[in-house]
Amino acid sequence: MSFVLPIRIFLSSSILLLAACGDSGSDFAKPREKRSQPVDLVLLENGLPHPSVLAQEQLVRRGNGEEPQTLDPHLAESAPTSHILRDLFEGLTTESQDGDIIPGAAARWNISRDARTYTFYLRRDSLWSNGDPVLAEDFVYSLRRSANPETASNSAVMLLPIQNAREVLAGELPVEDLGISLLDEFTLQITLTGPTPYFLGLLAHPVAYPVNRRNIEEYGDQFSRPGKLVSNGAYLLQAWNPRVSIELRKNLLYREADRTIIEHVIYLPIEDLSAEVTQFRSGGLDWTNEVPNNQFKWLQKHYPDELVVSPWMGSYFFGFNLATEPFVENPELRQALILAIDRRVITEKVTQFGEKPSFALVPPGIDGYVPFSPEYADWTQEQRNEQARHLYKLAGYSDDDPLRVEIRYNTSENHKKIALAIASMWKQVLGVNASLVNEEFRVFLQNREQKAITQVFRAGWISDYNDPYSFLEMFRTGHGRNDYAYSNSTFDALLDEVGTERVRARRERLMFESERVLLSDFVIIPIYTYVTKRLVDQRLRGWENNVMDHHLTRHMFMLKTRAPGAEPPVEPPADTDAGAGDSVVTEAGAFAEEATEEAAEETIEGATEEGAEGISADIEPPGQAAEQAPGNENKAEQEGEGS
Amino acid sequence: MNQEGILRHSATRLLGLIPTLLVLITIAFFLIRVAPGGPFDGEKILPPEIRANLDAKYHLDEPLVQQYFRYLGQIITFDFGPSFQYKDWTVNELIARGFPVSMTVGGLAMILAFIVGTLIGIIAALRQNTAVDYSVMGVAMLGISIPNFVVAPLLILVLAVYQGWLPAGGWDWSIQRMVLPVVTLALPVIAYIARLTRGSMIEVLHSNYIRTARAKGLPGYLVIRRHALKPALLPVISFMGPATAGLITGSVVIERIYSIPGLGSYFVQGALNRDYTLVMGVVIFYGVVIIVLNFIVDLLYAWMNPKIRYDEVQ
Repeated sequence: MSFVLPIRIFLSSSILLLAACGDSGSDFAKPREKRSQPVDLVLLENGLPHPSVLAQEQLVRRGNGEEPQTLDPHLAESAPTSHILRDLFEGLTTESQDGDIIPGAAARWNISRDARTYTFYLRRDSLWSNGDPVLAEDFVYSLRRSANPETASNSAVMLLPIQNAREVLAGELPVEDLGISLLDEFTLQITLTGPTPYFLGLLAHPVAYPVNRRNIEEYGDQFSRPGKLVSNGAYLLQAWNPRVSIELRKNLLYREADRTIIEHVIYLPIEDLSAEVTQFRSGGLDWTNEVPNNQFKWLQKHYPDELVVSPWMGSYFFGFNLATEPFVENPELRQALILAIDRRVITEKVTQFGEKPSFALVPPGIDGYVPFSPEYADWTQEQRNEQARHLYKLAGYSDDDPLRVEIRYNTSENHKKIALAIASMWKQVLGVNASLVNEEFRVFLQNREQKAITQVFRAGWISDYNDPYSFLEMFRTGHGRNDYAYSNSTFDALLDEVGTERVRARRERLMFESERVLLSDFVIIPIYTYVTKRLVDQRLRGWENNVMDHHLTRHMFMLKTRAPGAEPPVEPPADTDAGAGDSVVTEAGAFAEEATEEAAEETIEGATEEGAEGISADIEPPGQAAEQAPGNENKAEQEGEGS
Repeated sequence: MNQEGILRHSATRLLGLIPTLLVLITIAFFLIRVAPGGPFDGEKILPPEIRANLDAKYHLDEPLVQQYFRYLGQIITFDFGPSFQYKDWTVNELIARGFPVSMTVGGLAMILAFIVGTLIGIIAALRQNTAVDYSVMGVAMLGISIPNFVVAPLLILVLAVYQGWLPAGGWDWSIQRMVLPVVTLALPVIAYIARLTRGSMIEVLHSNYIRTARAKGLPGYLVIRRHALKPALLPVISFMGPATAGLITGSVVIERIYSIPGLGSYFVQGALNRDYTLVMGVVIFYGVVIIVLNFIVDLLYAWMNPKIRYDEVQ
């Protein structure tokens, strides 16, 4: 297979260039210190960087944590797997560089008045990498495959908002009864069990990606191998050596291939965090998956421009087991323990990664939701300690009769340090005798689940989708991950309401209220909210920090030389075929949500005269759809015949 | 040593492999199942419907004994089944890809260690109690005492990060990427072999037949090569059996630090992830490798040591 590079440029200073990037065989040759001098960035009118500033070889080498479990999108669950799949496939929706949900394989969609029926209009120019057009039936086939009990997908839990998904997964209904139907060649409809504001985001998850039916029927279990895999994303699978590398090449049939600059992506599974850093330092990586906590200070000093830290959609906290003494019916004690921890010390002295101290469950930055903040969040630590001592006495403990408690965590350097800090703060402020217990991960999880011997235990949550509900639901009575033995009927009732609420603002208020109830019951000890932290070569641009930590390679590009440090991030390549591009689509996405809300609001506020079924908001990304709809039909056909 | 004796001995040893493996399989199978948690337990709890589908797909819903016999039936055909963790690959494929890497790195390290170690040991023995002896053996002692998780990062820092002569890690079957892991792996073995060789060489050099050879006027290097070397290497050979098995089955530490796709990490990752099929596959494979290597060492030993004759043992 030969790949034509559309943006091929020849530079007089090619020696410098080779020094900076090298070829894939001997990437290690040049240590990072010996890089070339900065140049200024020049942008073209369409938002793409001027070819003269781009490196001749558009290669990016991304450290990717663990070996991916699979490249079958419907079986994928881990973050490293999803990083690769986002490059290989494209769902009905996809993500912009800042994490916004934007049209993907679907050019536009309508959402019904009751927010339960979604109609998707596919782009007519999308092709599979084997040249077949991407049709609505591909999505019907794929979602049914995803939900099929025989597929045995772990991630199918994300499909549960779709009508009948639970019954289909349980094998009680045939897959044909899944709430997805074909309207015509390029149109499909998905019906949900209830309003699900984050549903468009779920469609950008691998579990909802299309797979090629012919591909799977031909190769069966082997379809995800290089040379066999047919995909519809910006990149093709070129090579896969387990635990060595996965190499992707630009897909020239991708709908935005002319705006995709990186030609060649190498994902390197590097489990050891220090090894990843040394490989980056010796020039073998352009992007690390993470960096080890204990090297933060050093990296901050020596790689200030490369080190990137940004908020992530996760919370780190400890939990109380309300089923064992001393925490049954003892809110004063629990509150005292929550108060007596100086979170600033933990984040600044122990974890040291710019994590944000937290007093709530839901991290900030999720889809516009503002987490509940208890009053003591605004106190000084002295005031909190004072109150803690007061409550501790109230709960019946004293210096002569101190509390003895076990802090349990799964074996990890970081958990250990934090548990130690907490134990010593409790000792110092309250005189609590806390002992630490560490356990292997699965042993720990089992003990947590059994709720028999745990007292205080390490918990935490990183969400798969952009919605606070993901954090709240696990505190519901009887939830599988409710290792806290928490049960509050008010809380459960609030969550039930969240599940059926169609109005976005009201839904947020309900979630806010349920978070308030939860925090006022002192079930968890919030510590901090997570951050992503990585080293990125300064020549690699076009990407942006986002709370999901999703970075599609097709947005990126590699500069010829390092851009000046002070320069703000370059405007990256946009996401649409239309030149006006990025901002338009983003607005369209936002518009879609707003429109849904308004529509729903109307229905609820009594104006039901139009009838429930009426599709109220016909949402089209302005400019783009009008231009696309008639014209591209022909274009797709032509291309289909041509190849 | 006659042909028949060797054959009979080999046949007995190879037959003895079967019950040994059966015991190994049985213990490993039940031990990993006793460990708390299963392959699908994570921080995110699966809804019961999905959990049931997964269990059914991998036959985890059957009684344990039934699973055991199903597994035995499967491995008779040398099929270790699909990996739970790396879903797109079978355990056979993973071992087939991981073992050549471990064997190359471990094998090269063993060869390097054997050559360098014996050389150093012989030199030290011949210059016994001189400055050469002390300095060589001092360095060797250091080699044994410094663990490779200290040596490896140091080598990377100096040779890869500062000098840029070698890659910091990764794998593509190129010599450059093999140098650091092979050297790191070989260092402690070199030291150990050097000490073994030195000790036994000194002992041999003091024995009567060497004195006789010298008295006959044989030149020094001929005495060493023809008479002293073979017996002096006997303890090294018996050490090399298990040591080679240890090296070629992959070192987790080396594999992690240098990001090498060897077999060692599959074993550890498999155990941590409760990837039952992968752990079992690697355990059985290890078992066979170790038994076979010990067998080879026995044969070598017999060839080198005239005191051992298998045909006399009935």
